Amino acid sequence: MAGHRDIAFLPPARHLLRARDLADARYFEPLDVAHLARAAGLSRAHFSREFRRAFGESPHQYLLTRRLERAAALLRTTDRSVADICFSVGLRSVGSFTSSFGRMFGVSPMAYRARYPAAIAQVPACLVRAYSRPKNRTFREDSPLVRD
Amino acid sequence: MISIGSAQLWVHDQDEALAFYTDKVGFEVRSDVTVPELGNFRWLTVGPADQPDVAITLMAIPGPPVMDDETAEEVRTLMGKGFAGTIFLITDDCQASYEELKGRGVEFTTEPEEQPYGIDSAFRDPSGNHLRLTEVREL
Repeated sequence: MAGHRDIAFLPPARHLLRARDLADARYFEPLDVAHLARAAGLSRAHFSREFRRAFGESPHQYLLTRRLERAAALLRTTDRSVADICFSVGLRSVGSFTSSFGRMFGVSPMAYRARYPAAIAQVPACLVRAYSRPKNRTFREDSPLVRD
Repeated sequence: MISIGSAQLWVHDQDEALAFYTDKVGFEVRSDVTVPELGNFRWLTVGPADQPDVAITLMAIPGPPVMDDETAEEVRTLMGKGFAGTIFLITDDCQASYEELKGRGVEFTTEPEEQPYGIDSAFRDPSGNHLRLTEVREL
């Protein structure tokens, strides 16, 4: 049985990971779930189902929470305006950014910035990204903003 | 004194991994030994030419009796999801290393960006393993 064999089929999760990597790398562009599905080479409905099965949340939730995590990092480390930060993480509506942010982090963007703790400067950025992405709470767009 | 000799990385396919780590990342082969008495177990290690005492072992996922099929499938899936481990590589010039690897067809998941601890970038191997490539700044 020695010797050559063809490259084994990649596990399906590897293709889903390409889509998740795309969300992590290009969140600041006008990406949506359809783009992610294409990166995985799957139809949109099939992709969303498989992504959720592999990673425990929908691709829409993943992309939104990645954008919110990046926005939180910019709030902590820069003095740029909330609107500027909203657009620079690929979101297009300041209103829904503010309410999604409040839902995820429990405080408004400005309150979050004010309570920013000491720097996490020595931890590799990939780990900061992985560990500070908010846990999805709800994606209802009409729930009230929680304030400090 | 204890030092690190090699650390093991699961790979989906050893030939594919070998080509990636040598042709694209630029590592050298340290050992490539196939042992017929061990069911053609292949001990395959690679490492950076300038760091001869540390290697990465590119380990194929075994079948039974070493590993049952179900466990092997779990490892394969974890690896595909990108959760089987990370290697933190360092470079003295992140931008130059990035250009070099990109020129050889490595797809980066993070392009070089400023971080408080230096300039950081990332890519994956064909199996889904995560590799960071960082130019570390003294804090």
